[in-house]
Amino acid sequence: MAEPGAPILEVRGLRAGYGAVEVLRGVDLELRAGEVVALLGSNGAGKSTLNNNLSGIYRPFAGSIRFLGEEIAGAPPTRIVEAGLVHVPEGRRVFPDLTVRENLELGSYRRGRAARARNLERVASIFPRLGERARQAAGTLSGGEQQMLAIGRGLMGEPRLLILDEPSLGLSPLLVEEMFALVGRLNADGLCVLLVEQNVVQSLAIAHRAYVLEHGAIALSGPAAELARDPALRRSYLGL
Amino acid sequence: MPSFDILLAGIVNGLAAGAVYVLVAVGLTLIYGVLHIVNFAHGSLLMLAMYATYFLFAKAGVDPYAALPVVAGGAFALGYVLYRGVVGRFAHGKDENILLITLGLSIVIDNLALFLFTGDTQTIDVAHAQRMVEFGPLFLPRAKVIAFAAALAICAALGLWMARSDTGKAIRAVAKERQGARLVGIDVDHVFAVSYGIGIACLGAAACLLMPSFYVSPSSGHAFVLIAFTTVVLGGMGSFPGALAGGFAIGVIESLGGLLLGEQLGQIGISLAFILVLLLRPTGLFGARR
Ligand SMILES: Nc1ncnc2c1ncn2[C@@H]1O[C@H](COP(=O)(O)OP(=O)(O)OP(=O)(O)O)[C@@H](O)[C@H]1O
Ligand SMILES: [Mg+2]
Repeated sequence: MAEPGAPILEVRGLRAGYGAVEVLRGVDLELRAGEVVALLGSNGAGKSTLNNNLSGIYRPFAGSIRFLGEEIAGAPPTRIVEAGLVHVPEGRRVFPDLTVRENLELGSYRRGRAARARNLERVASIFPRLGERARQAAGTLSGGEQQMLAIGRGLMGEPRLLILDEPSLGLSPLLVEEMFALVGRLNADGLCVLLVEQNVVQSLAIAHRAYVLEHGAIALSGPAAELARDPALRRSYLGL
Repeated sequence: MPSFDILLAGIVNGLAAGAVYVLVAVGLTLIYGVLHIVNFAHGSLLMLAMYATYFLFAKAGVDPYAALPVVAGGAFALGYVLYRGVVGRFAHGKDENILLITLGLSIVIDNLALFLFTGDTQTIDVAHAQRMVEFGPLFLPRAKVIAFAAALAICAALGLWMARSDTGKAIRAVAKERQGARLVGIDVDHVFAVSYGIGIACLGAAACLLMPSFYVSPSSGHAFVLIAFTTVVLGGMGSFPGALAGGFAIGVIESLGGLLLGEQLGQIGISLAFILVLLLRPTGLFGARR
């Protein structure tokens, strides 16, 4: 485990997009050991684009991404997962034809294989529903259950940094509460989390720091408690 | 109406022939199910594997059954390299490209074979494979019994491996969800190439089981590939159990058709079954209802 406060992720001048379209125009962001960092921004601001470039699904145009001191900008996802950066994507992306258990097992395809059995038990204790439905095809799970499975699959890789992209999407209010509580518990156990959420109030309540992404650049950043009181942020995201 | 014993012999012979169709079809359906590639080079690659088996026996005296792991392994390597170097590189996920590439590949291989091996048919004479084995009222050539047992064993082993191993699970995972696969650190291109390689390895195994009782010429892949496509459509594109059921069904239909209608007309039964399935159950016997 890294020293508390040691840098885990350092993003500098990141430019990225799709084809000729630049979506991120120089993003700077960092995350230190033990932190939950919230990433806020309106629809289409580029939050998922940032995540996909961090996890190697897309290659950035320019800039640097250092993860645990190692440069990973443009590296293939195989290497990035191996290093311990695990991304639970928007839209879940579970394997529909595989069973719940097989989905979880593949979460430790590249990393955490040695501790697979122990982690399967751990995930089943975090999400008892997944334990009950171990033999069911993932494609037949409800949306909320699929979201749990996506998170559980991410945890199977023993992440050093977990990126959660809209984990509460499609969850009932009670499950949203549970999801935030879970992020808090995982963080208390030492996990760093980069959290992308539409639930601004709840994200800021749980996060240590936050960034606001606007038009492809960081418009605001700081301790979450301060941002929660920021008048500009309250106006644009909370309609206050 | 032929007697019961003759019908029984027809069915058993059909099952034995069907086992090899199953192997060829399993390769085809695996490649289709995972890569969404209709592999028109399938017949030509089978023919190549049959030549490999032939030369190993004729030039080096290697028994085709002993050669099976070697030919299947070589076929896997060839498939892996072909996918990495040609099919995957130029396909760009477009159906029309894939059609041109696999069809082009088959034309190149066929003509290369014609150039290198001439158009003559070649056979190998594996004495122990011709010996007859007694099964109750039936006598079967050993080659057919071995082909049946080996094809089943290979399919069972492959099925088990696909279900249990991490690579097998990864193959099934990338079939439907490539981005999710990348996110757990699966090297998707590698898994694609492995899938293509396994599909071709099935052909290598089929070639070794076929050669003791069949002949090879540069065009001998075509007969099998037609049957394999029928099998795969019959069983449901991409379905493993479908390829199994389809292959045996085709073998039996062909054999009984030959018995009842004569050798020349026997093949009609296959076409009839094909048309019936297309009419009544267009997704195939085991096809996903999409
Ligand atoms: N695959 C793609 N190809 C082309 N453009 C894309 C692609 N994915 C996203 N975009 C564009 O990039 C911009 C940023 O999208 P992104 O998904 O990163 O936004 P986001 O902040 O995650 O939004 P949301 O809150 O709705 O999830 C949008 O304008 C979007 O249309
Ligand atoms: Mg998004």
